[in-house]
Amino acid sequence: MVYLTRKAEFSASHYYHSPEFTPEENRRIFGKCNNPHGHGHNYTLEVTVKGDIDKRSGFVVDLKQLKEVMHREVLDAMDHRFLNKEVPEFATRIPTTENLAIAVWQRLEPNLNHAKLHRVRVYETSDLFVDFYGEE
Amino acid sequence: MKAHLTRRYLFSASHRLHNDAMTAEENRATYGKCNNPHGHGHNYALEVTVSGRVDGRTGMVCNLADLDKVVQEQVLERFDHENLNTLRHFDSIVPTTENLCVVIYDILRRAFRAAHLEKVRLEETLMNAFEYEGERDSL
Repeated sequence: MVYLTRKAEFSASHYYHSPEFTPEENRRIFGKCNNPHGHGHNYTLEVTVKGDIDKRSGFVVDLKQLKEVMHREVLDAMDHRFLNKEVPEFATRIPTTENLAIAVWQRLEPNLNHAKLHRVRVYETSDLFVDFYGEE
Repeated sequence: MKAHLTRRYLFSASHRLHNDAMTAEENRATYGKCNNPHGHGHNYALEVTVSGRVDGRTGMVCNLADLDKVVQEQVLERFDHENLNTLRHFDSIVPTTENLCVVIYDILRRAFRAAHLEKVRLEETLMNAFEYEGERDSL
């Protein structure tokens, strides 16, 4: 088994707010991330797939295909977008980095032909990242 | 659903690697220039990984402000701009980055309860890093 990681970057804005909380609770729990006008990040996405090396090609996965899936399913939908308003998953879920990693997994996992998705890592800043390994 | 969250912190400290149980020659042979009696310093980068279910209401594994507060009060204020050899944690162990990593893990394990502590990773320089995930049952 070999693990292969592909990186991509995208920029998006978001804010944290739950209708289940009062305005005071929202401000207390989410702090400055509760600003309704949103704020932005340069996200770095790392997608790790695993598989056996194909004897003929020497590849775990067709990198071009992985890149295309990442672009089509994630970057085209999220890059330069306001996540709360423009990405359907976040109509009902708060676009925290945790939920973003889960959404990326759910977008990629059904679209990878040969390799198996191992991990989705999303950096919100260089000092903060979330790893998701699928349902446990 | 379970997710892992990692937060990175920076602090600076000095240390000297020296074990009183060894001779001067053994200390020099074992620790090389790190045995310099006056000590030397590093900019350490600490990565703390915690895990847990993503809370359905907040969308978060835990509140980062809570993690920041514990790390600030329990780790950074204790070690930042200190000479590690002078601290009680290193009364009987050498302040290698391995040992510092284990000490920080044990401190956070006790002090941070809002999510499961998975791992402490400590970079001493850009070229080396140490990780500790607690004792494993298999040993």
